[in-house]
Amino acid sequence: MRVIKDRKIVDDAWVLLAPDAPVPEAGDVIVHLEQWNTGRESFSGRAGKIGVLLKSHESPEQIQALAQLPLIAIDFPSFTDGRGYSSARLLRERHAYRGELRAVGDVLRDQLFYMERCGLDSFALKAGKDIEGALSAFQDFSVTYQAAADDQRPLFRRVNR
Amino acid sequence: MNQYQYDAYDQQIVEERARQFAGQVERRVSGEMTENEFKPVRLQNGLYMQLHAYMFRIAVPYGVLNSRQLRKLGYLARTYDRGYGHLTTRQNVQFNWPKLEDIPRALEHLAEVQMHAVQTSGNCIRNVTSDPFAGVAPDELEDPRPYCEILRQWSTFHPEFAFLPRKFKIAVTGTPGHDRAAIRYHDIGVRIVNNEAGERGFEIWAGGGLGRTPVIGKPIRKFIEYEHLLSYCEAILRVYNLYGRRDNKFKARIKILVNELGTEPFRLAVEAEWALIKDSALKLTRAEYERVAQHFQPPPYEKLAAAPGAGGALLAAELGRDRDYARWLQRNVLPHKVPGYKTVVLTAKDKDTPPGDISDTQFDAVADLADRYSFGRAVVMHTQNLVLTDVKESDLRDLHQRLVELDLATPNHGLLTDQICCPGLDYCALANARSIPISLELNRRFDDLDYLNDVGPCSIKISGCINACGHHHIANIGILGINKHGAEAYQLTLGGNDSDSASIGRILGPSFDEHGIVDAVAQVIETYLALRLSDDETFLECYRRLGDKPFKAAVYKDATPRDDDSEQAVA
Repeated sequence: MRVIKDRKIVDDAWVLLAPDAPVPEAGDVIVHLEQWNTGRESFSGRAGKIGVLLKSHESPEQIQALAQLPLIAIDFPSFTDGRGYSSARLLRERHAYRGELRAVGDVLRDQLFYMERCGLDSFALKAGKDIEGALSAFQDFSVTYQAAADDQRPLFRRVNR
Repeated sequence: MNQYQYDAYDQQIVEERARQFAGQVERRVSGEMTENEFKPVRLQNGLYMQLHAYMFRIAVPYGVLNSRQLRKLGYLARTYDRGYGHLTTRQNVQFNWPKLEDIPRALEHLAEVQMHAVQTSGNCIRNVTSDPFAGVAPDELEDPRPYCEILRQWSTFHPEFAFLPRKFKIAVTGTPGHDRAAIRYHDIGVRIVNNEAGERGFEIWAGGGLGRTPVIGKPIRKFIEYEHLLSYCEAILRVYNLYGRRDNKFKARIKILVNELGTEPFRLAVEAEWALIKDSALKLTRAEYERVAQHFQPPPYEKLAAAPGAGGALLAAELGRDRDYARWLQRNVLPHKVPGYKTVVLTAKDKDTPPGDISDTQFDAVADLADRYSFGRAVVMHTQNLVLTDVKESDLRDLHQRLVELDLATPNHGLLTDQICCPGLDYCALANARSIPISLELNRRFDDLDYLNDVGPCSIKISGCINACGHHHIANIGILGINKHGAEAYQLTLGGNDSDSASIGRILGPSFDEHGIVDAVAQVIETYLALRLSDDETFLECYRRLGDKPFKAAVYKDATPRDDDSEQAVA
């Protein structure tokens, strides 16, 4: 599947598993939070990486052994559900998570600018959407006022106004 | 200067927004974006679908406009609308008849005069509102506008808070002794205060709101220093964004979260979040405060001697000669902190026009008057009027003449006919009933200015449905349009107040038809006049002393008992 990662389109092999689906012996898979927290010991030794899906009602504090995860996928069940923006910022700014932070679900071009500012760096665009066209969304604005995950300083501390 | 002027950064942002939205409109028109995907995007750009057309709402930060901006609004009214615009209860200006494809061009026009339509609708942080007399009120502790502007910049395209559970409104007052910004009915209310040690800072209120479930906000922080304003607001917003309900849009405002959690647990959650970010780079710097505050330095006032006895003697001198002018001085001309100056309310409440409507020629003319008499500035009031904040007393007579010609001198500021009124079923897809015709009928009924002055300060606010855009809950006399067995009907509420002794109006009894409601208001007023202790006892004071009973008896004296339908209003 093609995703946007660090503002580039890349082919990607991560597979999102259904809740409670058996974890295959090999391959890069994204499991639900519960599955990770209860079964993470048993995943060591399998061939392939494990990532975790964070649903919008779940919070970053619930993720165990966060630093071991190469990828956390934040679910946007609808693009109007904005909880994922706070979760992303908390993962980056409070939990110092440095792995890949991916937006999944109802992910649309018009929200990419905000998502990236909150610390998401990869984007599985909603199926059927123009992924090439979406790349320009990162350039929607060249100036921002707030401190966020991309810059801990608000504009008034970044520049001499 | 007494208005924030954009620097290159601010300007860049509004221009980039205009380009971004032009692209979004293009993708919507081509079908690449579905209406569902487009809707929140257009809402956050002030485009709201009404009954007949899009409504386009332009942000007027804390109500402050300069004359170039006023002329631009006149131009937009002429070019993209039907020759008029509308002053809103968030101190904004909206147009009712623009076409979608004209909006990108209109945004470019707005950007030319440092204006935009950012976050004037949608589930995001809306236009920050304030005291319309900020900077000139004699009772003000400190000018709140620099803080409003700092909040405006913080909230503009805040990446974390663009998709909140529901809309979010912030108001700031710098006059702790007299709230003219209704801060207790906001998601966040900010009061500039001195603490017990005499230090300046903010008292923070949260969880107030109107709509279907009117709630008076709670004070959640007695005092924070100025540098924590942004971090404290960010903490409140984060708690709300994460925990506010998203399963039911009618229970999604922060007031419901505060009520369901309880004020104390909510406060503790905010404090816990704040403790983790209060010392971050969000801390406001003195340099940034001063950079913004220098835009609000007082204009170059002349050194004038105040007219003796201020308004009083001025008034006495005129009473015998020119009653119209005297009435206007008495009602629409307010004290100013600088000797020799006055603050003048331009009432957009003449008897034949929907409350708050302003024509293109009025926009242009007000711009000229602002240039001539008030340092080029005007302010939109949340009561849907305009203000010229800095008028020399010696100019009042000339100004009055011009305002009479423009139908902006009705001397009814704060009186019964100075109504707040939502667009109602004439425009709005949500409405159950028309509100503008009720307002106009009330104007015809109460057209005797001596009578209005005798009644004294009394607010009437009219909403065409339970979403309460007309703020009927916090009117001394509130009118709510409902749908009763398929017909328009109106409920009467009494005793609401939007200021310091905040209270929510109570439904008096069964509803009325469109004629009955006007009769009922007249009977309420007659009852008040008969029962007040003296001319000095206001309607609200009288109602609070006596309760519902005498008003109910008067209004329903001829009615045969029937089912009370009052529950509809709180459903």
